[in-house]
Amino acid sequence: MERHKIWTKTQLSVLVSLRFLIGWHLFYEGLSKLLSPNWSSAGFLSESKWVLQGMAEWIIGNSRVLAVADLLNTWGLIAIGIGLIVGLYARTAAFVGAGLLLVYYLNNPPLIGLEYSIPNEGNYLVVSKTLIEAVTLFLLAVFPTSQFIGLDVLRVNFRKNFSN
Amino acid sequence: MATNKKQDNYNHQGEEVPRKSAIQRRTLLKAFAGIPVLGLMGLGVLQKRSFDKQQQHAIADELGLGKIRLSPISRHTAREKGELIRIGIVGFGNRANQLVNALGFMHPEDMELKQKNGALDRWLGQESLNIAIVGICDVFDLHAERGLEAAGNRINSSANDVTLPVKRYRHYHEMLAVKEIDAVIIATPDHHHAPMAIAAAKAGKHVYCEKSPAQSEDEINELYKVIKASKITYQLGHQIPQNFIFQQAKEIIQKNILGKISLIETTSNRNTASGAWIRHLDDKGQAKPGDEQSIDWGQWLGGKPKVPFSIDRFYNWTKWFDYDMGMIGQLFTHEYDAVNQLLGIGIPRSVSTSGGIYYWKDNREIPDLLHCVFEYPNHELTMLYSATLASSRNRGRVFMGNEASMELGNAINITVDSNSTRFKKQLENGTISPSEPLLTLNPNSGNVDAVTSATEKYYSSRGLTDTYIDGKLVDVTHLHLKEWLDCIRSGETPTANIERAFEEGITIVMAHRSYLEKRTVEWDPISRKII
Repeated sequence: MERHKIWTKTQLSVLVSLRFLIGWHLFYEGLSKLLSPNWSSAGFLSESKWVLQGMAEWIIGNSRVLAVADLLNTWGLIAIGIGLIVGLYARTAAFVGAGLLLVYYLNNPPLIGLEYSIPNEGNYLVVSKTLIEAVTLFLLAVFPTSQFIGLDVLRVNFRKNFSN
Repeated sequence: MATNKKQDNYNHQGEEVPRKSAIQRRTLLKAFAGIPVLGLMGLGVLQKRSFDKQQQHAIADELGLGKIRLSPISRHTAREKGELIRIGIVGFGNRANQLVNALGFMHPEDMELKQKNGALDRWLGQESLNIAIVGICDVFDLHAERGLEAAGNRINSSANDVTLPVKRYRHYHEMLAVKEIDAVIIATPDHHHAPMAIAAAKAGKHVYCEKSPAQSEDEINELYKVIKASKITYQLGHQIPQNFIFQQAKEIIQKNILGKISLIETTSNRNTASGAWIRHLDDKGQAKPGDEQSIDWGQWLGGKPKVPFSIDRFYNWTKWFDYDMGMIGQLFTHEYDAVNQLLGIGIPRSVSTSGGIYYWKDNREIPDLLHCVFEYPNHELTMLYSATLASSRNRGRVFMGNEASMELGNAINITVDSNSTRFKKQLENGTISPSEPLLTLNPNSGNVDAVTSATEKYYSSRGLTDTYIDGKLVDVTHLHLKEWLDCIRSGETPTANIERAFEEGITIVMAHRSYLEKRTVEWDPISRKII
């Protein structure tokens, strides 16, 4: 086990900055959904293509499921965002966030032959910003920083003191 | 790879152990490092919100919209329930089914389906109208039976409403002769509308009649005369003025934001077999039921030329001029009503119509491409109607003024004209862009109805199905029926009253005759005759 790998200050700072930035992005995504009362994931889901199309259609077709999906999405993004920023359960937040973003990606992957009516803001082939952000979150999950910078410091400390 | 420096050594799994067991100041700083970021973001969100709000207000003030309600609130005030109104329904097809839903009744099968789709809640929340459906009249046994089942099943069984037995009538005259019926709803094919409404008014029954009001100039004159001479409340089935968005459009027009409106473009854009009135097959492509034994064909034809029984004519009647006026009667009527309710333009001085059967090469008589030009020299404006059954490219309903234009459907989009004089300054300094809508009022944004057909979506996009009141999705037809019932009880005049019906009736007959006679048809306002 490589339990004693050491990071430099610079390495840690860059990793923590990345955590803050992605946390900021996801938190605001969630918050803006919360603040616009008419927001619904239905628009996004109706564009769903490829492997998750069937599931997306099922969600839209069922107003209660849609409401649950909307709620989970909004609060999920907010929780993940806050977790990453303040560094509380940040590893879990990064894993869950990566999974969520992967689901977004799989709903609208820029694959050859799939056409979407909502125009993209860039040009993508297979790889999109969402996929990159998802993988970056995986990176943050496997290089966890919240035990050094973040509320997890206290959590770890507390646990340690408690077990001592 | 790394250098060891005092406490800044970190292992991969967070094994850093404080030198003392107590939490040190430095540790606390590290623990709370993320909080300032959160604070910064909170500040940013607050700033952004106040900026957005300010900008919305700035634009609203710029337009003189300061007092326009940007979010829906109720214009329908709760009234005393009043007396029970007993209703008979003539014609129980698809539209009547929607009408009984709007009245608070639903076929058990539909209820089950809506329950499964999670779409029943909004219907359960619908206000009770204190009515009872006591009669169903249809020439087709199957439709009549369906009507009886629906009319006997209240959506909200907890409502303390009186439930009376529902009776089937084989002829509408039988139904009209019954004293215990106060009002009738006519939802038959169009060729019955005027004769039935006239008979009902003569029998002293209040009338809610689906569009179009009449098929000929003589019919509309007769209808007008009889309704005016009666004491009944007549409402034509144009529910669009009940849409909240429509009230906002009215305010925008009253505040003269668009400047001088000289051109109005209305359209119909459909591209499905059902949209082209080919409806004799069910969802699975099977022929719908019906034969001469179960359908009273003679009564269905009414006063129209005798032809042998035809399932095609029974389900797809819109295709023939004997029974209606095609897109003019079925679709333009809604467009006309929207414009007339907003601008009060009434009957045009002249109408020129052209078109043809260019796409649906079946046995139809009605054109599938149609264009009508309505001239209103007294209002200094032209209204266009452009309709196709062979393309669903979305073209809106647009009011064009010299300062701005307004697109009105289930949402309102206002776009300032690039050559506007009133907004010249803002256009120059970039506060307003002519290339994007200046103001969008869309109470329905982000919401979808789970179970809608292509045809229903078409109506929805034109503001004809639902509206939002106090954050609740409400069926527009429910509001229109409620207005009719309120007026029956109070003696007031409803929105789609006989004056509006007369104007519409004359206008569509002019457009229709122009198509048939291939000439410009004029209206003589002195003799009140089409020439």
